[in-house]
Amino acid sequence: MSEVNSSQEPEVLKPPAIQLGVLGWLRGNLFNTWYNSLLTLLFFAIFWKLVPPLVKWAFIDSRWYSSAEACRDIDGACWSIIPANIRFILFGFFPHDQQWRPLIAMLLLVAMVFYSKDRRHWTRLLLWIWPAALAVMGLLMHGGLFGLSVVETSQWSGLPLTLMLALFGMFAAYPLGVLLALGRRSRMPAIKSLCVVYIELIRGVPLISLLFMSSVMFPLFLPEGVTINKVLRAQVAIIMFTAAYIAEVVRGGLQAMPRGQYEAAESLGLNYKQTMRLIILPQALKIVIPPSVGILISAFKDTSLVVIIALYDVLKTTKVTLSNPKWAGYSTEAYLFLAVLYFVCCYAMSSYSRKLEKALHTGR
Amino acid sequence: MKDTPKPEPTVPPAGAEAIIEISGLHKWYGEFHVLNGIDLTVQTGERIVICGPSGSGKSTLIRCINRLEEHQRGRIIVNGTELTSDIKNVEKVRAEVGMVFQHFNLFPHLTVLDNLTLGPIWVRKTPKKEAEEEAMVYLEKVHIAEQAKKFPGQLSGGQQQRVAIARSLCMKPKVMLFDEPTSALDPEMVKEVLDVMINLAEEGMTMLVVTHEMGFAKSVAHRVMFMDYGLIVEQNTPQAFFDHPQHERTKLFLSQILQ
Repeated sequence: MSEVNSSQEPEVLKPPAIQLGVLGWLRGNLFNTWYNSLLTLLFFAIFWKLVPPLVKWAFIDSRWYSSAEACRDIDGACWSIIPANIRFILFGFFPHDQQWRPLIAMLLLVAMVFYSKDRRHWTRLLLWIWPAALAVMGLLMHGGLFGLSVVETSQWSGLPLTLMLALFGMFAAYPLGVLLALGRRSRMPAIKSLCVVYIELIRGVPLISLLFMSSVMFPLFLPEGVTINKVLRAQVAIIMFTAAYIAEVVRGGLQAMPRGQYEAAESLGLNYKQTMRLIILPQALKIVIPPSVGILISAFKDTSLVVIIALYDVLKTTKVTLSNPKWAGYSTEAYLFLAVLYFVCCYAMSSYSRKLEKALHTGR
Repeated sequence: MKDTPKPEPTVPPAGAEAIIEISGLHKWYGEFHVLNGIDLTVQTGERIVICGPSGSGKSTLIRCINRLEEHQRGRIIVNGTELTSDIKNVEKVRAEVGMVFQHFNLFPHLTVLDNLTLGPIWVRKTPKKEAEEEAMVYLEKVHIAEQAKKFPGQLSGGQQQRVAIARSLCMKPKVMLFDEPTSALDPEMVKEVLDVMINLAEEGMTMLVVTHEMGFAKSVAHRVMFMDYGLIVEQNTPQAFFDHPQHERTKLFLSQILQ
């Protein structure tokens, strides 16, 4: 028995319409079963209990630009703690009359980050602009040339210190982590075991202990009179720590690459370096964008641990502000401000990584 | 593939030089003896089809020729260069030997055009513009030039395999190895790939093809080889091979795949 469909082309139908306006949506999604209705009502009750008082505290009864005394007799938030102490929170012990220097350095950094975001700007030129910009930032921070007074690194504090530790931590750790991952997969036993030992050792200790070691133990091994800058030591500890984590994530990406990619590259006559650089790493690193960004974000937040070796990052400068009896009662406001500051940076990283993933997606 | 145009299967040009010389080749995967003493000489311009049951070592054999697999005993000399653990020799051979895989193995993060120019630019040091012009010629040849700017993931299987063939050709190889090039394709796409391979054969390319496309073997090969248990059990001209198989195992195999 055979049957032939006489019509040439099947009729193209529209998908059934289910949208019935706002009410229909509410009914379909929030009140579709008795327990969903219950949950919806419960949620609205909690929302109603919490949000209006919060808004009242933060925006209605609050003070924004007042003295500490004027804050004593209000019920709302005393945001005044931020503007009144902003220079100390952001720049810490950097000489007061020189604080325009870290400000410009940070603005330059933000400008560079924004410029580098666009993939169309990823040219060889960019590889030259970055070191130049970093040199300018370093000059602004440290001084000693062009009539700028010298500011020792022990006076670097606040947001510039946090950003510096984070930025160098991430950008130096990433390539180092990639090298470690490649080393761990190397066929040469010496390189392989060295990388394994490094990764496992570093991952086996908390960052705090690494920071302690760098600031307390490490100087004991140096000959008398030789000192290595404390900020630099903390920076190295952060880089070493982050690199070990990056290495394991990248190794995961390398292992996800099908063997056929290596074979195709090799059969074209590409050598190991070319195969890695042109074929394997671009794909493997793309796969591991989400977990890498997770590590970079936590590295960014972990920079606040440097307080334990008496470096004054932005969290510590805030705490110092709060230890001033005049402003002592307003830690909620100060920490909320800090939370927003950290959140903006971390959220920017995570949303950028999602965009990058999309841009690099090539089908399949 | 009954109606494929026939390049006359003749004996390769007399007095042609041997481009691949394999003698006493053995290979083990752990304890498993996958190649059990292979002797094979391939003349320039010769086209060989290798068939055999799975696990017979046919893929391993051609993968040894560009050292995607290392052999443990015996010698392989390709284009005058012996394959040893010397990576320089290996890279030299790989640049002269093209390989087409069952699963295409295109580079998914690069456009079709970039897939093709990668080898010439990085291995042959061809200037980019020249490499791209040549690549377009080869894409033209495999009838896919209009897809040059697309990514492999946007192409059908047959198109991808044709791109893979063009990618190998861009290196101007002296020998082409095909490892079951049509096995992963949907049936309706097999012909477009075989047609490209037949064109290549007509141009006199030296080819070693692992395939079960017996129509292709009949019309294109100078020699058909049957492998089993890591040995070349039987080899002959296609005519003799298909009409009068000598060995019992060959007969059994042919009866199974030709029904």
